[in-house]
Parts: sequence; C-alpha cells; structure tokens
Amino acid sequence: MTADLWRPSATIEALRQRAALLADIRQFFAERRVMEVEVPVISRRATSDPHIESIPAQCSGASAYLATSPEFGLKRLLAAGIGDCYYLGKAFRQGEAGGRHNPEFTMLEWYRCGWDDHQLMDEVATLLSQVLDIRQVRSLSYRQLFLHELQLDPHSASDKDLARCVEREMELSFSPYDRSESLDLLMSHRLEPAMGEGITLLYDFPAEQAALARVTADKQGTQVARRFEAYVGGLELANGYWELTDSAEQLRRFEADLDYRRINGHTINPFEERLVSALQAGMPECAGVALGVDRLLMLAGGYESIEEVIAFPIERA
Amino acid sequence: MANYSTNEFKGGLKVMLDGDPCSIVENEFVKPGKGQAFNRVKLRNLKTGRVWERTFRSGESLEAADVMDREMEYLYNDGEFYHFMEPETFEQHQASTDAVGDAAKWLKEQDICTVTLYNGAPLAVTPPNHVILEITDTDPGLRGDTAQGGTKPATLATGAVVKVPLFLEIGETIKVDTRTGEYLGRAKED
Repeated sequence: MTADLWRPSATIEALRQRAALLADIRQFFAERRVMEVEVPVISRRATSDPHIESIPAQCSGASAYLATSPEFGLKRLLAAGIGDCYYLGKAFRQGEAGGRHNPEFTMLEWYRCGWDDHQLMDEVATLLSQVLDIRQVRSLSYRQLFLHELQLDPHSASDKDLARCVEREMELSFSPYDRSESLDLLMSHRLEPAMGEGITLLYDFPAEQAALARVTADKQGTQVARRFEAYVGGLELANGYWELTDSAEQLRRFEADLDYRRINGHTINPFEERLVSALQAGMPECAGVALGVDRLLMLAGGYESIEEVIAFPIERA
Repeated sequence: MANYSTNEFKGGLKVMLDGDPCSIVENEFVKPGKGQAFNRVKLRNLKTGRVWERTFRSGESLEAADVMDREMEYLYNDGEFYHFMEPETFEQHQASTDAVGDAAKWLKEQDICTVTLYNGAPLAVTPPNHVILEITDTDPGLRGDTAQGGTKPATLATGAVVKVPLFLEIGETIKVDTRTGEYLGRAKED
C-alpha cells in the first residue's frame, strides 16, 4: 500500500479531463472579454473569515499565509481599474480534507463590473450548463428552499424553533452555538441532499451570513444578504456576492469577524486592511463569484471523491 | 486512554460514545463554504451492533475505546460461558452468551475465531468466514440428483440450519460461509 503512494490517485484520463476543463473555462472568459489575472498565493495577510483557517508560511524571515481565496487581490486590482477579470489557480485552507475537500484546491473566481448578483447567477448557470451539459436550472431564494423543505422561514423563525427543527432532523454531539450554525446544519444535512440533479441557484441569504455581500431589503422587507450559491446534485459549487463597496462597512465586518474569532478561541492573524484602503479609493460596483474547479470536474466526469480528480491530494502531496 | 480528534476519525477507529465502545463506520467532513465545519459520523455500537449517526463540530474529540481484536481458539461451552484460548500465550477467556450472540451457531471446537476484547473482556465473537461442519439432520438424499436442482434444509453439528442440495445426507461434512449462511460445497476428505 505505502509503496504505491508515489502514484497519482487520479487516473490519467481524469487528468486529461482536467486539462480540457481548464481550457474550456479560459475559452469561456476569452469569448466574454474577461481578463485572466494572477494574484499572490503567498500573502502577508490572512483571511479573517470566522470559519476558514489560513495555512501559515514563512517567507523572507517574516510570517506569511497561503491565500484562502484570490478575493482580496482581485478586489485591489478592481479598485485599481482592471475591469472584468478572473483568477484560475490554487487556494489553500487549513484542515479541510474529506471526500469533497482537499486543503490545496483549484479555484475559479471572477468579477463583473456594473453587474448585480442576479446577472452573475445567469452567467454561472450558463458556464455550468455548458461544462456539465445540464439544461435544468432552478433558481430560488434561501427562504423558499426552507419553506418548501422544512416549512420554516429562516429569517423570521425564532432561535428556539430553529434549534427544535435541528433536533428533529439529526443527532448532534453539541448544542448549536447560534442561529447561523442551526441554519448551516439544516443546509448541509437536510437541504443540500434534497436539491436534486439539476443546477440550483440559491439567493438572498440571511443577513448574518452576508460575508462580503451587501445587505438590502427583499420584497417582504426582510434584510437579506445579496449572496448566492450554486449547487449541482447537492454538491456546493460556487459562492457569489453583489459585492460590498462601502469601506466603513467592510472595516466593521472585519472587526466583527475578528471578535467572533477571539470569542471562539480561533487564531487572530493580521487582516487585509489594504482591502479597506482599496474600497476607500473606490472599487467599482460589481458582482463576483468563486467556484470550486475540482468539484466541477468531479461532476463533469462522474467522480465520487475529490481524490479521483487531483493527481496528488494531501496524503500523497 | 488517548483521545481522537475528528480529523483522526476513520473507518475502524474504536471510540467511546455515550459510555459505550463504538467502531467508526464512516466519517464525512461537511463544510459549507462560508459556514461551520462538521463531521457526520456513522458509528457501530459494539455492544448492541446498532449503527448510530452523529454529527460533531470539527475539532471535537472522543475518548479512545480500549477495544482490540484477537485471534483465539474456541475450546468449549460449559453451559453458561464459551471458553476461548489465545494460541500463543494459552491465556483463556470466557465469553457470555450475549457476547457470542449469533456466532454461537457456527462455533466448532478448535476453530480460530476473532474475539473482540473490551477492557480485557470478550465483547463480541466473529466466527471464521468459512467453517466445515457435519450434517446431523436432513431429509433423506435423492439418489441420481446431482448438483443442479432444488435445496432442502440441513441442521449442522453446531445447530445452524442451512440450505443444501438435495443429494446430501446425514453424516456428510460441508463448507459454509458464515457471513451469508450459504452452502459452498462438500468438504474435502483430509
């Protein structure tokens, strides 16, 4: 067994499919005049996301971190006037390993200036239908999905109702920390598996899960995050925002993230204050989305596990 | 005992859950891109055999269970306990009817079984995958009927009842798969 660990875990056929997929993606954006750009993989700043850990590195005698996503670099380029752009390359996340995760993975992230979340959702659907040859696209709000599957309004349900629903649906070794954790549990255990085979675009997330999306009122007057996710066959593929461009609000969110990390005993690393400066200088109104290319390849080639599409996953890296 | 964190969870790992020793059957890392990471774990309770599904926060840990599998020779049943011996040390262990469970119907003296020890005492017994046993009761054989055709029930020396081809008779020895209870063939004369 150990003697075999020099071998790739993916077949040569899967690696050929990967090469073809990367070429198709580049073709897709070339046709749309979206420019490919590179941003650093080694950064002096870490992510502040409450649920993502940066992998630390040492570089030229000082602390550095492997990028958990190209987002900050791309947004600094947008503020500098680069226009529509994309990154297709590696991203790194500490501790994320399993059938659908590898700590080092390939991410596609792109930005469209002047677009909102719904315009970008359409483009995500176009790319996915093209690559996966799927025509069935379903678009619904986070609220509609919860109402349909659980008869529960995720925005107005009380914390107690949410906790009760979680208790009914699954067995936990802990009590949910807050309503956001209850919603994540319901989403990953109950709703994702029920999504079906086609492309599902889910939009208008709860305001407390806005991350870097702007928050606006929906038709019912509820404050919702202008954030969306794309799923195929219950597999989470992409996460996008109508981007926050307000620098003061950006700074508040960084600080709130750091507070959460402090309270929960996570590491506190230097955050990307240069993003705040970039927003202050003026980032164009835009929508952006990040997509997991390894998972897209799993779907395109009918592979069950991420190991089958990465030559050397972490156990062999 | 040591503790195992969720990132060490894997199939076959023995851990304590709600006071019972369990074996991890399946461990799935679940993480919405922007959400909390969880481990959805399936565990088999080694006492009851029941499979549980339980979700942990990634980073939580469970106490290791003092459980180990040993190859042992089955000696005899004294009416209350089943006695086993470790072939190298000659150390003997007695297992209760509960611990032996369904394996009882396949236990033949001197066969090598897997005995699962929990805190040093037998918790479960797994018979060999293939056993050779004598037919002690079955309907008379039908002469002229060869391998094809129907089956009939046959009681074996250990009490197990399996389906065998019609031509087999009392006193013959056969080979059986204990995982499926399936008849594999006549045992060769040694």
